[in-house]
Amino acid sequence: MEPRFQPGDRVQVLHRDQPGHVRTPMYVRGKTGVIERIVGSFPNPELLAVGHSGLPYKMLYRVNFRQGELWDDYEGPTDDTLEIEIYEHWLAPA
Amino acid sequence: MSETHDHAHDHDHPTHTHDGKPIQEDPLPSLDAQVLEASVRELLIEKGVISADDVRRAIDMVESRNPALGAKIVARAWEDPEFKELLMSDSDEALMAFGIDMRPTELCVVENTDEVHNMVVCTLCSCYPRPVLGIPPAWYKRRDYRSRAVREPRAVLQEFGTTIPDQKQVRVHDSNADLRYLVLPQRPAGTEGWDQERLARLVTRDSMIGVSDALPATEVDD
Repeated sequence: MEPRFQPGDRVQVLHRDQPGHVRTPMYVRGKTGVIERIVGSFPNPELLAVGHSGLPYKMLYRVNFRQGELWDDYEGPTDDTLEIEIYEHWLAPA
Repeated sequence: MSETHDHAHDHDHPTHTHDGKPIQEDPLPSLDAQVLEASVRELLIEKGVISADDVRRAIDMVESRNPALGAKIVARAWEDPEFKELLMSDSDEALMAFGIDMRPTELCVVENTDEVHNMVVCTLCSCYPRPVLGIPPAWYKRRDYRSRAVREPRAVLQEFGTTIPDQKQVRVHDSNADLRYLVLPQRPAGTEGWDQERLARLVTRDSMIGVSDALPATEVDD
């Protein structure tokens, strides 16, 4: 399975109107960050949560965001960052 | 109904003020939830899917882990550069030496440096490297920590008595999927020549979550 993104790629987290179990928190949706690493492929937790096999596997990435990008009123230094794991189907090239 | 398990192992963080901001505290598990848990457990046992012994063994296993294990790993990483290299590049392999199996999750070790201070949270629930650190503290699981750590990490760190200078980056890790995180705190000054056992005594659970640093060398006499 080929990863769509590589470390260093700029990506945007999609707004997906998806009910049920999702692991993409609201605070990163629509935000732009950088791929920090390819974590690997895993069964899809959105399907596992409802008793499906979770297949096909989905590629998971760690994405780095500047805190100033995530929060309008972030009070710390501009260098502060946040890293979080996002599945490939939630990402688009930025 | 079989005995309920008492989860009062962790000690609470001392109360702190919230400057009037509304924080919705998590309610205690409802009676419904307790009845549901017992019902499901008893049904699974009755149907032979699991045994009462399986449950007991699993609880013992979870309870047998405590931060001393994580402290040993950190102390070895401080003292043994090859091990540290392995821990950072192939944690599965490094943890085998300690008899720890994190699968199906994977341990990601994030190193504190002069440039970066790392802090771990799980905004969705309470994901935590349990095989290495045992059960998370109560504050780690509360909405207060989980919502504020991502949004105002420096304020949260202050409440734990930890001040990170502005020149140093604070990096928050939201443990929301398949990785579990362990912070490798910076090795305190004045510990040259210490053996791993003595070094481990400086490594607190909170320093491996990233809300504080390791204890200073003066905290451990010999």
